Amino acid sequence: MASQVSVKDVRHVAMLARLGVTDARAAEIARELNTILEHMDALGRVDTNGVSEYSAFDGAGQRLRPDEGPAIRMSGDADSFAPAAREGLLLVPRLATHEDVGE
Amino acid sequence: MSVSSHGRRTAAQIAAGVRAGTLTAKDVVSSALARAVEVDAVDKLNVFLALAGQQATQQAVRVDASDGARGAPLAGVPFAAKDNISVAGLQVTCGSRILEGYVSPYSATVIERLREAGAVLVGKTNLDEFAMGSSTENSAFGPTRNPLSPDLVPGGSSGGSAAAVAAGVVPIALGSETGGSVRQPAAFCGIVGVKPTYGRVSRYGLVAFASSLDQIGVFGACVADASTAFGVIAGRDDRDATTADVAVDDYLATEGSLKGVVIGRPREYFPAELDAGVARHCERALDRLRSLGAEVRDVSLPHTAHAIPVYYIVAPAEASSNLARFDGVRYGLRIEGDGLRGMYEATRSGGFGPEVTRRIMLGTYVLSAGYYDAYYRKAMQVRTLIAGDFRNVFASGVHALFTPTTPTPAFPFGSRSDPYEMYLSDIFTCTANLAGVPALSLPIGRVGKLPVGGQIIAPHFAERRMFQVAGALERALGAEAHR
Repeated sequence: MASQVSVKDVRHVAMLARLGVTDARAAEIARELNTILEHMDALGRVDTNGVSEYSAFDGAGQRLRPDEGPAIRMSGDADSFAPAAREGLLLVPRLATHEDVGE
Repeated sequence: MSVSSHGRRTAAQIAAGVRAGTLTAKDVVSSALARAVEVDAVDKLNVFLALAGQQATQQAVRVDASDGARGAPLAGVPFAAKDNISVAGLQVTCGSRILEGYVSPYSATVIERLREAGAVLVGKTNLDEFAMGSSTENSAFGPTRNPLSPDLVPGGSSGGSAAAVAAGVVPIALGSETGGSVRQPAAFCGIVGVKPTYGRVSRYGLVAFASSLDQIGVFGACVADASTAFGVIAGRDDRDATTADVAVDDYLATEGSLKGVVIGRPREYFPAELDAGVARHCERALDRLRSLGAEVRDVSLPHTAHAIPVYYIVAPAEASSNLARFDGVRYGLRIEGDGLRGMYEATRSGGFGPEVTRRIMLGTYVLSAGYYDAYYRKAMQVRTLIAGDFRNVFASGVHALFTPTTPTPAFPFGSRSDPYEMYLSDIFTCTANLAGVPALSLPIGRVGKLPVGGQIIAPHFAERRMFQVAGALERALGAEAHR
C-alpha cells in the first residue's frame, strides 16, 4: 500500500485539484502527504475480504430509493417548444463536441 | 440587569420569562448582542465573524408583539450559528478567504426551524476553515480563544459557537460535526454538545465538507437546553434527501432513574496513556451512573484504532469533491490568472488556507487512478467494520456507551503543529461520525480550571436514551461537573 508521493505526483494531483503550487510548496506538500499516508498504511493490514465498502446503519449496505416520482409539470405540450419528441424524451439538435474536431 | 445576565439564563428560563411577560425578547436579544460585542472587543476572544443586529432586533420585536410567538418553546432565546450555516442576507464565509463577502440568498432549514420556535439569531461564529480543524487555528480570520482560559484553544472546528455559549453570550448555538467538531469544543469549553444520528437533522443550507459524515449539531449550557433545541431542529426535511422519516421524540421528558439501563465502557477508549485527570473524571462519572441504577459493562469496539486513518481518507476524499465548486466562477473570491485554468488555480490557491489545501490534495490523491483501491476503497471497507462494532455491541444488550470525549483537556495555541498529531484530537469522536450514531458530550469535571468532557453514544435514532443518560448524569454530578 505504501508508496512515496513525489513532487511530480504533487504537481499531477494539484493539476487535478486545480490548485497552483510553487516548487517550494510542492516539496513541502509531498513531505506532509508522505507523513500522513504513513499512518494510513496500517489499514492495509486489516482483513477486509468480503467486506462491503458501503455501510448502512442496519448493515444492509448501500440503498437507493426507487427511481420514480411525480410527472414533471410543463407549461405546454412538448411539441410546442421542442423540435421533436419520442417516447417521452425531447430530441434536440446534436451539440458540437470534441469529437467534431477535424470532421 | 447586567450586560451578560440574560446569556447566563438557560434557554428554558428565558422562554418562560418571555411567555410570562417578566422578560421581553427585545431586552434579552439586546443584552446578548451587547455581550457579543464585549467578548470580542474587550475580551478579545474572536468569537463572532458577523453579528445579525438588525435582523435580531426586528425578530425580537415580532416575538414580543405576538401572543403565539411568546408561547413558542424558545421564545426570545438568542442563539448563534457557525458561519458555514446559511442565513438569508448574512455572509457565510466558512472561515475562508475564498468566501469572504459572499452573502447567502437563503436560510438553512435549522435556522428556519429555530426561528419558528421563537429563537433569535444574534450572530455567525468563527470556525476552522471549511470546518477542517480541531482548534479554530485554521480560520482565515484568526483563532477563537477559550473563554475559560484564553491562552488555550476552544476546540474546533465549531470553536466559535462553543465559546459563544461558554462566554454567556447565548444559551444555545449551532455547530456542525464531521469528525467531532461539536463534541470536542463542547468538552474543551465545559458545555454540552450534541451530534445527531446521520439523517436526523436537515443539512439544507449547510456548506458541505464530507457529505457522508456531516451533521448539524447543537451546543447548550445544559442538557435540557441542548435537548430542547435538538427537538426543534430534528426531523425529516423534503429539501434534504438524506433526512430520515423517523418520529422525533420528546427529549425533555426522560426518566431520572437508570435502573435496567446497560452502559458499555469500551476498553479501546480508556488506553493506558489517557490523560490521568480525564481518566479519573470518567471513572467518577461511571460510578455516578452505577449509583443511578445503571449496569456498567466492559465492552470492546475492536476496530477503533483504525478510525483516524479511515476518517482522514474518507473526509478529505469527499472534501476534494465538495470544494471543487469554489473556483472563482460561482462564489466569492476571484483572482485573475493566465486563462481559465490560471484563474481557477490562482483563485483556489489564494483563497484556501494551508489545511484545506492539504486535505484537498490528500483527498484528490487517494481518489486518483492507482490509489483508489489501496486507500479510499480500503478505508470504506474498514469503515463498515467500525460501524459493525457499534451494531454488535448495541445488539448485545448495551443501551448506550460512555467514553471520554477527548484524550486530553484543551491545549495551548501552536502546540500541535504536526497535522497528524492534531488529527488525533478526534480519536474518540470520529468513530460516531463514521458509524452514523448519535453522541453527546457533557462536562464531568475539571483538571485544574480545564473542563473534561464525557461522551455518551447511543444507537441510531436513540437520542432519547442518550439525553436520558446525559440528563441523569448531569443531575447526579451537580456542581462536581464544573470542578
